Amino acid sequence: MAEKVLMKGNEAIAEAAILAGCRHYFGYPITPQTEIAAYMVKKMPKIGGCFLQAESEVAAINMVYGVASTGKRVMTSSSSPGISLKAEGISYLAGSDLPALVVNVQRGGPGLGGIQPSQSDYFQATKGGGHGDYHLIVLAPSSVQEMASLTVKGFDLADKYRMTAMILADGTMGQMMEPVCLDEVEVNDYDKSWAVVGTQCKREHNIINSLSLVPEELEQLNFARYEKYKLVEENEVMYEEYMMEDAEICVSAFGIAARVAKNAITMARQEGIKVGMIRPITLWPFPKKAFLAAADQVQCFISVELSMGQMIEDISLATQCKKPVYLCNRAGGMIPSPEQVLDSIRTAHKGGTK
Amino acid sequence: MSTTQILIAGFGGQGVLFAGKLLAYKGLLADKQVSWLPSYGPEMRGGTANCSVIISDEPVGSPIVSKPDCLVAMNLPSLRKYEHDVVPGGIILVDSTLVEEKVDRDDVTTYYVPATSLANEAGFSTLANMILMGKLMQVSDCITYDGIEDAVKKVVPAKKANLIDINIQAIKTGYDFE
Amino acid sequence: MVVFDKPKALCDVPLHYCPGCTHGIIHRLVAEAIDELGIEGQTIGVAPVGCAVMAYNYFNCDMVEAAHGRAPAVATGLKRSDPDQHIVFTYQGDGDLASIGMAETVHAAARNENITVIFVNNAIYGMTGGQMAPTSLPGQVTQTSPYGRDTNHCGFPVKICELLSQLDGAGYIERVAVNNVKNVRNAKKAIKKAFENQINKKGFSLVEVISSCPTNWGMTPEAALNWIEEKMIPYYPLGVYKDRDAQSKAE
Repeated sequence: MAEKVLMKGNEAIAEAAILAGCRHYFGYPITPQTEIAAYMVKKMPKIGGCFLQAESEVAAINMVYGVASTGKRVMTSSSSPGISLKAEGISYLAGSDLPALVVNVQRGGPGLGGIQPSQSDYFQATKGGGHGDYHLIVLAPSSVQEMASLTVKGFDLADKYRMTAMILADGTMGQMMEPVCLDEVEVNDYDKSWAVVGTQCKREHNIINSLSLVPEELEQLNFARYEKYKLVEENEVMYEEYMMEDAEICVSAFGIAARVAKNAITMARQEGIKVGMIRPITLWPFPKKAFLAAADQVQCFISVELSMGQMIEDISLATQCKKPVYLCNRAGGMIPSPEQVLDSIRTAHKGGTK
Repeated sequence: MSTTQILIAGFGGQGVLFAGKLLAYKGLLADKQVSWLPSYGPEMRGGTANCSVIISDEPVGSPIVSKPDCLVAMNLPSLRKYEHDVVPGGIILVDSTLVEEKVDRDDVTTYYVPATSLANEAGFSTLANMILMGKLMQVSDCITYDGIEDAVKKVVPAKKANLIDINIQAIKTGYDFE
Repeated sequence: MVVFDKPKALCDVPLHYCPGCTHGIIHRLVAEAIDELGIEGQTIGVAPVGCAVMAYNYFNCDMVEAAHGRAPAVATGLKRSDPDQHIVFTYQGDGDLASIGMAETVHAAARNENITVIFVNNAIYGMTGGQMAPTSLPGQVTQTSPYGRDTNHCGFPVKICELLSQLDGAGYIERVAVNNVKNVRNAKKAIKKAFENQINKKGFSLVEVISSCPTNWGMTPEAALNWIEEKMIPYYPLGVYKDRDAQSKAE
């Protein structure tokens, strides 16, 4: 095992990407994710990689598209408004079935919004963001160690399924330092015979393309893509269950919200309230089965979010509205305190509706 | 089993974040669970800066320190902003060169250290932050002074290795201050 | 003896272009250049959005279809993936390159990105049915300038070669036309040079090809070629606008 070092979440993403074999990074400056680019620009020239500051987020994602077309590991990172600009390119990546990693260190929105932490891009990340029927694999780290490990995982899943993966973090996760252990990564070999690297005049030409003008054919492409998505949903769901064994109330939170919720759960347990948590690690695929199973066990759910309540809809759907789902939230760059979450737990415990 | 939450606050440029990093590394080297979270944004230079550090025997939940066990206030606005957040029985450490007013609490232990003056007199005027960290090591149970060299070596960048000794000296000044 | 054959770098498929359209000629010139330089096996082309959107079916090399206007950014990624091995070209129309993709165009040139850009300027949006392009001439009638392009209302055409040649980064910028045999021969030379420059790591090369659109101009193919001569070329003079290599040799 490598030595434990203190690292910012953003830096952990960058180093993990390098360990995972990523040698191409394209980005455009935006707070609060600049450390990723700063780290990459220092490291890449030393290891034969390529860092390029693009003229815009739009250009950056299309440079990603170019490298991804050649089958090499490539990434970009940005924050909420920048991800909106990348949405076009992300849709094209999906439509061309290209593997890539996109990091969103979220800040409050909409519009230019603020620069403080937020989770209000949940819909954008899990439901689309760009146009068309598609999904990204969305990974939500809740520690600096996970910022690293999920980056590695994201590259692997992207290659495995020819999909674009997204790390959905927030300003807190990006800026905080924690001990992190960065071990060597064993990079799996995946078939890349689809890549455009020149035919060497030895095979038919490869075409990377999302255009399909015959509706019957485009429909089949969409059907096939969704068969693939089904496999991802069956095989790649990740979540953490915390104190759920005897829980009567289930808190659900991801990222920084889950960290706050753990404090609140500890306090509530000291008061004798049986509360646990399901923390989705993959936001897409969403841990539907775990929630559905919990719905038969608990009295209610509390979704703790740094948004006006977005994941709450997925919880209601996953649990088929069997039990009430309450919202405990802050928005616009504010973070709920453990006391606020504790209050919600207490209210729910009394059968209230807060 | 214990958890200590520390909030260090001051002006940008006073080394608030660096001081926090030293504490976090000190904790890490002692096999504790640690987290470090800076304030970030346009106020990074010249405005207020603060830094949350948590050192614990258990995994750290929220990295945000809203009820500090220890507050290190390096200017008056920081003291006034955070002094009432400190838990009863907690510690408030003040740079009394820059903060002429007294702490408005009687249920916490207060230490006034003229860190900026001490730093100026000793010839390392930019290291008032390290003097305060030394004092914190003297009065707090969560961070020990032993092995300080290792922690300093971790946080001082390799390019500035010549500054390791002077940082240790500043920490010692604070640690010995009564 | 074979006196005329299809270039190897073109696939043996029917093109979808309208009768009299000069895209076919330009495709052929690009393919001939690739053949003559023997680079088909390492070439990756980027198709635009516009009439040439399906160029990926026509060039025999590996191809990528880019989002509208983003071809230079995609090409940047393709090139940087393996700068020593990949020969990368984009094939873009005027709406793609000079309107929606202007930022990508200018910055690829400013970076002296070692790619080849084939810019087909026919002063109109062809695929969407003949709207005013950034290069439509003053007074030109299009679907979205039915009374003629009014420069008081919607400004003036963009002269890409003149604009890009001001950038220190741009290596080679030339404007050619394909309205007669002599101009086609010149166009071929320019396109080949733009690929040679890339092989020799001379940096960003762009060839603007003045082209016709009989369908959307509402003309016969012959009238369209004459319109190039009479209207387009006077506004967009042909010639080398920048050749850093030649300049440095001269000095």
